Amino acid sequence: MKTINFMGVRKLLAAFSIALVLGSIASLFVNKLQFGLDFTGGALVEVAYSKAQPLEDIRASLGQAGYPEAIVQTFGSPTDIMVRLAQDHTATLGDEVLSALRAGTEAEVSLLRSEFVGAQVGEELREQGGLGMLLALAIVMLYVAFRFQFKFSVGAVVALAHDVFIVLGVFSLLKLDFDLTVLAAILAVIGYSLNDTIVVSDRIRENFRKMRKGDSEEIINESLNQTLGRTLMTSLTTLLVLFALFFFGGEMIHGFATALMIGVLVGTYSSIYVAANVLLVMNISREDLLPPEKEEEVDDLP
Amino acid sequence: MLNRYPLWKNLLIVLVLAVGVIYAAPNLYPDDYAVQVTGASSATPIDDRILERAKRALETEGLTSTASELESNGALLRFRSSDEQLRAQEAIKRGLGDDYVTALNLAPTTPDWLTSIGAGPMKLGLDLRGGVHFLMEVDMVAAVKQRLDVYVSEIKTKLRSERIRYRAITHNEDGSLNVKFSDAEARDAGQTLLRREYSEFQIAAEDADGESFLNINLTEAKIREIEDYAIKQNLTTIRNRVNELGVAEPLVQRQGRNRIVVQLPGVQDTAAAKRILGKTANLEFRLEARPDESRANTETFEFRDERSRPATIEKDIIITGSSVANAQANFDENGMPQVSITLDGNGGRMMNRVTRNAVKRRMAVLFIEHKTRTRYEMVEGVEQEIRTPYVEKKIISLATIQTALGNQFRITGLDGAGEASELALLLRAGALAAPIYFVEERTVGPSLGQQNIELGVTSVQIGFALVLVFMLVFYRVFGIVANVALSLNLVMLVAAMSMLSATLTLPGIAGIVLTVGMAVDANVLIFSRIKEELKNGLPPQSAIHAGYERAFSTIFDANLTTLLVAVILFAVGTGPVKGFAVTLSLGIITSMFTAIMVTRSLVNLIYGGREIKRLSIGGGV
Repeated sequence: MKTINFMGVRKLLAAFSIALVLGSIASLFVNKLQFGLDFTGGALVEVAYSKAQPLEDIRASLGQAGYPEAIVQTFGSPTDIMVRLAQDHTATLGDEVLSALRAGTEAEVSLLRSEFVGAQVGEELREQGGLGMLLALAIVMLYVAFRFQFKFSVGAVVALAHDVFIVLGVFSLLKLDFDLTVLAAILAVIGYSLNDTIVVSDRIRENFRKMRKGDSEEIINESLNQTLGRTLMTSLTTLLVLFALFFFGGEMIHGFATALMIGVLVGTYSSIYVAANVLLVMNISREDLLPPEKEEEVDDLP
Repeated sequence: MLNRYPLWKNLLIVLVLAVGVIYAAPNLYPDDYAVQVTGASSATPIDDRILERAKRALETEGLTSTASELESNGALLRFRSSDEQLRAQEAIKRGLGDDYVTALNLAPTTPDWLTSIGAGPMKLGLDLRGGVHFLMEVDMVAAVKQRLDVYVSEIKTKLRSERIRYRAITHNEDGSLNVKFSDAEARDAGQTLLRREYSEFQIAAEDADGESFLNINLTEAKIREIEDYAIKQNLTTIRNRVNELGVAEPLVQRQGRNRIVVQLPGVQDTAAAKRILGKTANLEFRLEARPDESRANTETFEFRDERSRPATIEKDIIITGSSVANAQANFDENGMPQVSITLDGNGGRMMNRVTRNAVKRRMAVLFIEHKTRTRYEMVEGVEQEIRTPYVEKKIISLATIQTALGNQFRITGLDGAGEASELALLLRAGALAAPIYFVEERTVGPSLGQQNIELGVTSVQIGFALVLVFMLVFYRVFGIVANVALSLNLVMLVAAMSMLSATLTLPGIAGIVLTVGMAVDANVLIFSRIKEELKNGLPPQSAIHAGYERAFSTIFDANLTTLLVAVILFAVGTGPVKGFAVTLSLGIITSMFTAIMVTRSLVNLIYGGREIKRLSIGGGV
């Protein structure tokens, strides 16, 4: 089988990666993230129908009136309906929603309450979330440095940060809703990316110890080629699941599937071109990976 | 012999899988939509007669229940669909009248033999199944008054230190303060001082009945700020309490200016939740007054247990419950309930400083609870709920200080183990900044439409099927082995989540499938390794052996690193992040078991211990 020279284009792709990450950060600054109802809060409207209505019809009439993301729930009885909207509450919102609902039904509808609602996610989650990420990164670095070598831990963490930034960047660029399901997806991307990077690193370590010939670049190339089949298989199976979720899963898991599809693609790419690249940039060599030799007892007697 | 598992290993695997299957089984029995009928007061009995009346009420609406049973805490009627359930609740409520509470419920249909070994289904989240909805109102008047009390003591200190002579500070009905001075000169000096110190005051100098006083109003902006602070603080505390209660995937958010919504998924002990969420309890630690202390500096309180006589204690507070960093309920040497308290740094220093100079004196623990009396009155023909808040302060313990206390000590004198754990929970979760009342309680339907739920479930099934087909095509017999392991992994994961009674949401389901997608990875790693070894010229048996052997360290490293991340996320995260971390960790552990142990056992059964020419593991890589 032909050996693909992965590392031949590494400088070009390093520039590409840096551009992607910088672009993502820029987009995060300019566009910000479009936080969903979970994070920002929104408005709540409660209405009472004179007789019970199918919830699908209510959703449909709200969708037509320009509230596609509305959450519609029965509230205590089949005729009382609670509608939650991901937009700022205004004094006239209740009546606007009411007229939208009246247009879609024969029954009488009356307004019970119209109020703003706060975020479902507290500020403490954002703070703790950020802190948790940093702590997680630190511990991953320590563990990888202990099991592999320091240069590998830098590679793994850089690849991880690379993936998360790009997923967030795409979300802000396309102005996709960032809600709790997307947050869960980002956490899964972290798990996936790390898993992938470690598998590749493991083979690189093994080959550095096993192969007597070749410079670092050749050894890494060989390792990437050996793991390529596995990398593609795993990405493909995961992507298969995600395609199914994306195309058949309905709008609720759309965001989740989108975030993960980007994450899996970028994660696969980054374990080849980011993690391995970092190793070369840091001048990984055979000596870094030889099992530590036992120090000889120095006989200090004359 | 190569590639043979000893019998005990195979038996162990079968045993683990069997336990998994049994504990996952309750999820096959779907919950029934049910309506629960209980008496409005616990004295109202529920018997066959009531059940008959409920059934008659259903008949008039053309409804029938699929089953009905009498339980210790009421009657349960089961229905086919949630629509029927909602209509039935209306009908029964009208039929039985106000003496009975009819509540929507979800009744598990787990067979008795499963329930008896502690197996039960996973709970479904607010998005899939709905839950109970509480609307609580924060008492803003009380919040502002509490802040004014702080101002009063600050103003007194400031006036005293500037030697400005005042007579009294009083609260007015409209929420303003009056500061009375001995003469106009003192008042003007006071006005200058307070203007300088407090930009948030609107101060007016007034003279009435020969007295000079200042009328102090808080600015509108300041009142808003106090209210905002109170509601934010309460929101945090309520979130903490919901988490402490162990309710997974709740919804807690602000609604309108002064209200908080709490939604709890699935069937929960709603009575317990209500009791904990609205409770405003705190502790104060104070020294017992010396006999010669002036009356102005002391207060007298009663004990919680009515046998002891009231005690007089100092007005100065050493610390309050807000200095508590951690609290645990446990039992003392005599088996009496107690709460072990750890103070934060500041609290510990305060406690040490005061108790150091008070050895042999006694210290009182004061239990403070904000309560309300509710009565109903007819106002212009409409019944109105009138709530009068009051504060109950009682001493729960008065003990001699044997030695200077540090940041760890215990409190006793509690009313049983239940109260000890409740007090510990409240201290851990923090106090409410202002009293809070329940104004509405309802059940809510699922936040996702039926259509969305069905789409989600279908897509998950399609995704899983695709992975199975893909593995079969690529790895042939080994693919079948991997598929068996994958399916078993799903069963094990469901079993583990059911044992922890985790709450399942739609993103959670997607997460499970994702862990399945990723669990394939371990098998892909092993199979690729086997193929590689075959290519290197190893005979099939050795290739299998080497493949498993070599791939193990890779799988172990990769999974352990991910598991580390999951554990950290669980430790620092809250709510949804925690839930995800649990799913991820369980998925990693179960997939390691099925992908390595189970597949090896199967491969050994198929190929092990005999002469083979080739393996059915597909071509290519």
